[in-house]
Amino acid sequence: MNTVDLARWQFGITTVYHFLMVPLTIGLAVLVAGMQTAWVRTGDVKYLRMTKFWGKLMLVNFAMGVVTGIVQEFQFGMSWSAYSRFVGDVFGAPLAMEGLVAFFVESTFLGLWIFGWDRLPKRVHLACAWAFSLATIASAYFILAANSWMQHPVGVELVDGRPRLTSIATVLGNSTALATVPHTIAGAFAVAGSFLVGIAGWHLWREHRASGSEVGDRAVWRASLRLGGWVGVVAFAALAVTGDVQGKLMFEQQPMKMAAAEALCRTEEPAGFSVFAVGDVSGPDCESVKSITVPALLSFLATGNATSEVKGVQDLVGEYRARYGTNFPDDPALGEFAGKPIDYVPDLPVTYWGFRLMIGLGALAFLGCAGALWVTRRGRVPDGRWFPVLALAAIAAPFLANGFGWVFTEMGRQPFIVAPNPSGVPGVWLLTAQGVSGLGASEVLTSLVVLTAIYGVLAAVEFALITRYARAGVGGVIAPARGSGDPDELAFAY
Amino acid sequence: MDLPTLWFAIIALLWLGYLFLEGFDFGVGMLLPVLARDEAERRVMVNTIGPVWDGNEVWLLVAGGATFAAFPGWYASLFSAAYLPLLLFLVALIGRGVSFEYRGKVDSHRWRRTWDAIITGCSWVAALGIGLVLSWNVWGLPLDAGGDRAGGPFAAVTWPTLLGAVAIAGYAAVHGAVYTALKTEGELSARARGFAFQIAPLALTPLALLLVLVQLRSGSVWTWVPLGVVIAAVLAAADRLRAAREGQAFAALGVAVVGAVVTLFGALYPDVLPSTVDPSYSLTVAGAASSHYTLVVMSWVALFGTPAVLVYQGWTYWVFRKRIGVRHLPPVHVP
Ligand code: HDD
Ligand code: HEM
Ligand code: HEM
Repeated sequence: MNTVDLARWQFGITTVYHFLMVPLTIGLAVLVAGMQTAWVRTGDVKYLRMTKFWGKLMLVNFAMGVVTGIVQEFQFGMSWSAYSRFVGDVFGAPLAMEGLVAFFVESTFLGLWIFGWDRLPKRVHLACAWAFSLATIASAYFILAANSWMQHPVGVELVDGRPRLTSIATVLGNSTALATVPHTIAGAFAVAGSFLVGIAGWHLWREHRASGSEVGDRAVWRASLRLGGWVGVVAFAALAVTGDVQGKLMFEQQPMKMAAAEALCRTEEPAGFSVFAVGDVSGPDCESVKSITVPALLSFLATGNATSEVKGVQDLVGEYRARYGTNFPDDPALGEFAGKPIDYVPDLPVTYWGFRLMIGLGALAFLGCAGALWVTRRGRVPDGRWFPVLALAAIAAPFLANGFGWVFTEMGRQPFIVAPNPSGVPGVWLLTAQGVSGLGASEVLTSLVVLTAIYGVLAAVEFALITRYARAGVGGVIAPARGSGDPDELAFAY
Repeated sequence: MDLPTLWFAIIALLWLGYLFLEGFDFGVGMLLPVLARDEAERRVMVNTIGPVWDGNEVWLLVAGGATFAAFPGWYASLFSAAYLPLLLFLVALIGRGVSFEYRGKVDSHRWRRTWDAIITGCSWVAALGIGLVLSWNVWGLPLDAGGDRAGGPFAAVTWPTLLGAVAIAGYAAVHGAVYTALKTEGELSARARGFAFQIAPLALTPLALLLVLVQLRSGSVWTWVPLGVVIAAVLAAADRLRAAREGQAFAALGVAVVGAVVTLFGALYPDVLPSTVDPSYSLTVAGAASSHYTLVVMSWVALFGTPAVLVYQGWTYWVFRKRIGVRHLPPVHVP
């Protein structure tokens, strides 16, 4: 494998992995702050217990989010140095703002929240929880603004072959970012909602079976399950609405990605949306392998008009060649790519299935949340073993949907690292193969192996810890009031 | 001062914040097996940095982000040229970060000892690693005309740069011991103070040597001044330690770090990253800077952001100002 492939695998693996922790942190942070607010306002100890239980799980997850994020921060420079030089004038600013405005707040106020239970007045302590959770959203906004610029470069002019920032407001207010941020945040709440439903559902069922257990905990589980269920249902609705907006932008800004989402080989008017395919969607006659096509749905997703035309891959390739050239520049720095023809078609099986799995697994999570709300309505708890099993299994669906969403978005952008914008500043684009560092493949291979191995081990550790704490329930997580009786005893210590 | 120079100074300031703050939490981790006699004392030590280590680490992230925004070429060339050392450093940060959070999560002797070993090992590697990256930056890398590294992964390893790694690790050890003395009580505090006093002459020598070498190689006349400040501050710190005034010793060490960072970055200026292949390939403050507009935007962000950070991070240290002792630890309660 060449350096480009290795660097892509490394970026893909480390970011998808980072994004396993990210949505859970964002979603839980806000929900936990909400629970704590309910406690401060009502004084109901049930909410305090919820805050502590879910807060503990959030912290186990947060640590992994932080350490995997640190790798991301440096990876642009390490393996994508040509890219970093090209985009630096624009791309570094949101990244620096993320650190200065979001990460400082996040890390400092989380420290205050964890260790400050007995040191700070109740309301100040609550304010720390909110500062932390709002900062997680701010960090999402800034990094997504940076990412959106790669999808839709705006707010720049081309000077000496490089984009130069002309308006930071345009970059931060990029239409792509304004659509991606709510979609991604909603995805985070879908994850947190299913997480609450799964774990609380399992506990609720267990305590229901072994009646005689503490009544107080049952109230905690029921409240958590209902909260999670509603959050999940609303999040999915928000995902569908914002996803629709993104589809329209994508059609304008990256027509090839739109065609790739359906693996649409030829232009159609109107274009349908197939639910699944049997066989190779990247073949020359892709229509023959698709099943259950909903007529005109792709046209509607692309333009809002059910009769409009959607261009197919084969026609777009011609347009892209005419606009962006047929071959890589004959530049020795490009190594084996120098002078080669450019393949403008993204990996169609990946984009086709990524798009469907995102939506399908999200729909599954929605059904799980809605179903859980239904079967636990008005104080009921199902008796069957299927209930906890399904509830726990459903936790995975929105995590996977998020991962597939990213894989689709990023792979659909190929072969560009900065995607050209048919309506935007001419000349602002970069091919992925042009963005990589001038390093030997062996160095990148080393880091790819090392990071993947460490991430694998840590995944096992985090999974084991989360399971252990989730099983232990409220009593296992919240310490009894006081130990030694020393007036300065810490409320919490590592 | 023009904007690129201002941003060079801001990046030096971020490094300063990072070395001062994370310096002591590296040190606490490095000295865990040396200063603490039993599990309770190890727990005390870890908890002295518990609420703050992540906030300290963000100084590095912001230094990285600010370098990317203000000097993209510097960010790109340094981190790709220092690829493997940086990887090692990042792996060490990963290990430390999860260990603090996870070491107390299971009540088993083996579990805690494993994470303690990771904390200590990773703290050493991280301190050495960041020292190496910093001294590579100051000493220069074999960059070609395009800013890429000419030569293999370790082409930049030379005696002075290795000295830089040891210098930062030695400083972190002393700083961590003084911090432990300041933030704990009783026997542990006294032991840490004594230890800091004992190792300081040996542990701080590499830093002094590095500064003198850098000064002789590329310093200006004025950078002798901060270098002098470093020496004076270190002597003052030793004196304050002897008088058992840990707070003052800690402050004096802080002054020493200021002097050290000013010397290093002062000697670096007007380069941001020298090339050892050909001086004309060096990246300079003027040449590597982002456009004027980008720097103006970033200056506004920094103008409002930085004071806020200083205020609320300062407040955190105030909230957690009390010394911690074994008697303050709550009993272990885990599932
Ligand atoms: C949509 C949200 C989102 C996305 C796309 C990313 N992150 Fe992230 N990141 C977060 C949302 C987030 C967060 C919610 O703020 C985290 C996750 C869990 C956490 O602990 O904070 C975080 C942590 C985190 C940290 C550690 C902060 C600390 O020490 O407190 C760094 C340095 C990064 N991220 C950097 C990145 C980079 C360079 C990314 C691009 C490739 C990236 N993240 C993608
Ligand atoms: C956390 C969510 C994200 C996920 C899961 C994700 C996923 C991916 C994947 C799977 C790839 C590999 C694509 C390929 O090789 O074809 C990739 C590449 C890349 N992504 Fe993302 N991405 C995320 C966020 C971001 C953000 C926020 C940025 C920039 C700020 C970004 C910048 C890049 C870059 C520079 C590459 C490498 C070049 C390339 O292959 O296109 N990504 N990402
Ligand atoms: C209900 C239907 C949905 C539609 C129509 C939809 C639509 C889209 C579109 C068009 C994109 C690509 C944007 C681009 O590359 O320009 C996208 C990306 C993404 N989707 Fe969805 N989506 C849906 C459901 C979901 C669900 C259920 C999840 C997760 C729980 C999810 C998570 C993501 C993520 C993480 C991305 C990548 C980041 C981004 O570009 O926002 N989506 N979605």
